Amino acid sequence: MVNSVDSDILSSTKKKHLNPDENWGLVEESEYFANKVKLYRQDKLNADEFRRFRLQNGAYGSRLNSEFSMIRIKVPGGDISPEQMEKIANLSETFSIGSAHVSTRQNIQLHWVQLEDVSEVVRGLAEGGLTSREACGNTIRNVMCSHFAGVCSNEPFDVTVHAKAIAKFFLRNPMCQNLPRKFKFNFACCSEHGFVRIADVGLVPAIRDGIRGFRIYLGGGLGAASFIGHLLEEFTPESRLLSTSMSTIRLYDRLGNRENLARNRMRYLVNEMGWEKFQALLLKERVIVEATMSIPTKNTFDGILNIDTNANSNSTISSKRKLPLINSDNAQTPYNRWLNTNVVAQKQPGYYGVYITLGAGDITSNQLRVLAECVREFSLEQKARTTPQQNFFIRYIKSDSIPKVFAKLSSIGLGNPGANTIASAVGCSGTTSCNLAITNSHRLAKEIQSKFLELNFDMDPDFRTSTIKISGCPNSCGQHEVATIGFYGGAGRIANSMAPIYTMLFAGSTGETGELGKTIMRVPAKRVIDVVLKIIECYRGEKNGNESLHDWICKISTGHGNGKVQTIDDLKKTLVPITELPSFAESPDSYKDYGADSNFVAKTARGECAA
Amino acid sequence: MRCLSDLTQTKNKNGIKSDNKLKKNIIKKEKKMMSPATLDLVCDVDTLRTLIKKNKVRVVDVRKKDEYLKGHIPTSVSLPLSDLLSDDSPESIIKIMNNLGIADNTPVVVYDDTFGALASRVAWSFKFIGHTNVSLLEVTYSGWKNMGLEIEKKSNKFPKSSHSIDIDYSIYADAEYVENARNDKNKVIIDSRERLNFLTEHIPNSKNIPYTMIRSEDAILRNPSELKRFMENRGIDSNSEIITYCGSVGTLSGLVFFALKTAGISNVKLYPKSFKEWKSLGKPKIEFKDATYWDLSAE
Ligand code: HEM
Ligand code: SF4
Repeated sequence: MVNSVDSDILSSTKKKHLNPDENWGLVEESEYFANKVKLYRQDKLNADEFRRFRLQNGAYGSRLNSEFSMIRIKVPGGDISPEQMEKIANLSETFSIGSAHVSTRQNIQLHWVQLEDVSEVVRGLAEGGLTSREACGNTIRNVMCSHFAGVCSNEPFDVTVHAKAIAKFFLRNPMCQNLPRKFKFNFACCSEHGFVRIADVGLVPAIRDGIRGFRIYLGGGLGAASFIGHLLEEFTPESRLLSTSMSTIRLYDRLGNRENLARNRMRYLVNEMGWEKFQALLLKERVIVEATMSIPTKNTFDGILNIDTNANSNSTISSKRKLPLINSDNAQTPYNRWLNTNVVAQKQPGYYGVYITLGAGDITSNQLRVLAECVREFSLEQKARTTPQQNFFIRYIKSDSIPKVFAKLSSIGLGNPGANTIASAVGCSGTTSCNLAITNSHRLAKEIQSKFLELNFDMDPDFRTSTIKISGCPNSCGQHEVATIGFYGGAGRIANSMAPIYTMLFAGSTGETGELGKTIMRVPAKRVIDVVLKIIECYRGEKNGNESLHDWICKISTGHGNGKVQTIDDLKKTLVPITELPSFAESPDSYKDYGADSNFVAKTARGECAA
Repeated sequence: MRCLSDLTQTKNKNGIKSDNKLKKNIIKKEKKMMSPATLDLVCDVDTLRTLIKKNKVRVVDVRKKDEYLKGHIPTSVSLPLSDLLSDDSPESIIKIMNNLGIADNTPVVVYDDTFGALASRVAWSFKFIGHTNVSLLEVTYSGWKNMGLEIEKKSNKFPKSSHSIDIDYSIYADAEYVENARNDKNKVIIDSRERLNFLTEHIPNSKNIPYTMIRSEDAILRNPSELKRFMENRGIDSNSEIITYCGSVGTLSGLVFFALKTAGISNVKLYPKSFKEWKSLGKPKIEFKDATYWDLSAE
């Protein structure tokens, strides 16, 4: 039972964003989808029109097989209830492959669903208050929100409610049904936790003169060409959140490139026009929007937001505090090991958040069910969050429950340590399901995770802040450009044989000061792990005091190393020999990709990333 | 040892069918006044309990013998699926039924603890040799037990019966039949295995309805209206002829056989030797190698 002290702790956050009528689904959309599939099958709807419709409703075509779909379930703000997790577990078992997948944008995806069953999944989702609507296509995609929002020691206020209000306002909103291209929002909890510089609209909460608001960054984004977002103005008050968002979307809708599929994200518009000009146009647009915004529109948004007029008292927190990890004793039991990396203290004294580290985001239906039970049994807020590291995060757990949580999780293989360490690699879908994939980035991420856990890398504090992120092609769905060490897949000829080859990047980062990684060199797929191990070996020989791997890599990336390895070129000299493959005849396996027993060929089809 | 695929159709199929229909109609008319009851394809818990009380049903438990001995539904007899599969020729099936005391007009309800798949294979075999009055229990043994319903431990034996044989080829397909059906527009071949197995390899032109699609949380089969909708979504007409198969012995596809029947599709056939035989005969198959989908599984 929730006692009164507990409910006090939650009162500032819970009332607003744990609204029981929170419902994103619409059952009618199921029948609508089923009918469109029939029309398409009967040749009464042409393939292009059907594709647009399908994407708008969250179903991508699967890799080289259009009979099957990937369904992207939106998890607005990353916030999900145990009932919804169970619903997804059942839908996956019934119509998909019995596993679900947490994506880098906090969605949950079901793969290889037969096109004819998509409508049934849509129906099931609606029953659980969920939707896949506008999860793909040229619309407002899932609105992301830091999984620490509400529990982060450095946050001025909880932005979950704002993230959801934005999501709700724009979902099915006529003004964003046909944008030049996809459009992404990302809310941070503080300047450290969030992907605000690589979103179309990235928001960092701030309080000025007692008024809540945001620092809003516009025009960032990853892809074949990536950009870092620009700060719109020093401070945007909460009362202008809607008008600023609407004006950005209106401006983009009007001026964005609709001709060239490869250059139609808003970041290209900003880049081509120049930031100052875009900024001036946007501020002008906002004046118009504010002058003409109807009262019902404003009320709708404020109603969703349910603005709490006095900024909450957490604003008094001024000094930066790290989310502390629990100190365990030294005995290296699996429990302690997990405790060291997967449990963090919340700003609410006595409460903890627990990471569930998955392999590249994959989780079975049975595991999802146990996770849902765990949330019900142990989390005061009765919800879980998905994280952009493709994990789950369960919050509001009391310290004396933590051992029980671990016992429950590890009973079904969910007790892996290594969250937020170099062992927890991120990998996009790659050749497992994506039409554009060149390499099996998904499997590589899993291989790295198991290898690095085997090597106890999770236990080394030096690797705690380092990340590895992998995409199966240059499109960046695996966010390789914001990793300590990032990789994207490609193909190359070595002697006379084709091989899967990754391009390695260094020193990318997230947060408000996030930067894009720099391209370093090319590494054959089967040599990626060896190369990372070699980098680690060099780092161990060179590091100064407590310098982390991430810091060291950033340092040498700017040519500021102070040992034998001072620059990237110094490091490359050591790495190049590892990237050289023996001849195909000697070692055909080195030329194959992970998960494939036949020789490598780069096969791709139309990507559908733009409808 | 004879098995199903050795059989050739010797009887006039239509003749048998109309005979059966006749019988059924008569029984239906007399249902209210006299026993035995005519069962639906799926038997609900209340109906079974009533029939057990009235001693008007043969309940067949197809789990392993030791599980049966630990506890079973009252009055049930034990027929482990493996006993039936060790020789599933019609003669052998008849012998088994006679030993269990199943006569031509005995209502039979079959259950298992494997979401209905093993029970389906047994029930289908009974149907195949001409015993139409057979039904699947809507829940598994665990489901029954979890509801707190009565169970017993004593082994049951009934006087031997002498069942007639009246093979129903209309529900049976062999490899040759399936091969010919592949290119027949009016025939639909359904693969009942899970999605990843289907993607890996399947019979050309077959469609996938994984067995996981047809069960509900608390029953071995969904309600018929949902199953009908699934078929409609796939554009499968209830007048089409459907052949189901699965990995090896026709259990998963047996369950799908019953699911399709309850969805109102009248012409359904089971290919009991399934993909295992198909492959061993070197018949053509479709393999999908352009994606590494197995790496998505979190198992
Ligand atoms: C040219 C086409 C594509 C481009 C430029 C593209 C780009 C991106 C980018 C930049 C991200 C996100 C990272 C972020 O914003 O934080 C992303 C996410 C993602 N993309 Fe793509 N993508 C494309 C096509 C595809 C295709 C064909 C698939 C597979 C069906 C796919 C699957 C994903 C997944 C799984 C994510 C994870 C995040 C989410 O839930 O949105 N993408 N994409
Ligand atoms: S990065 Fe490339 S391979 Fe990976 S999901 Fe995106 S488009 Fe597909």
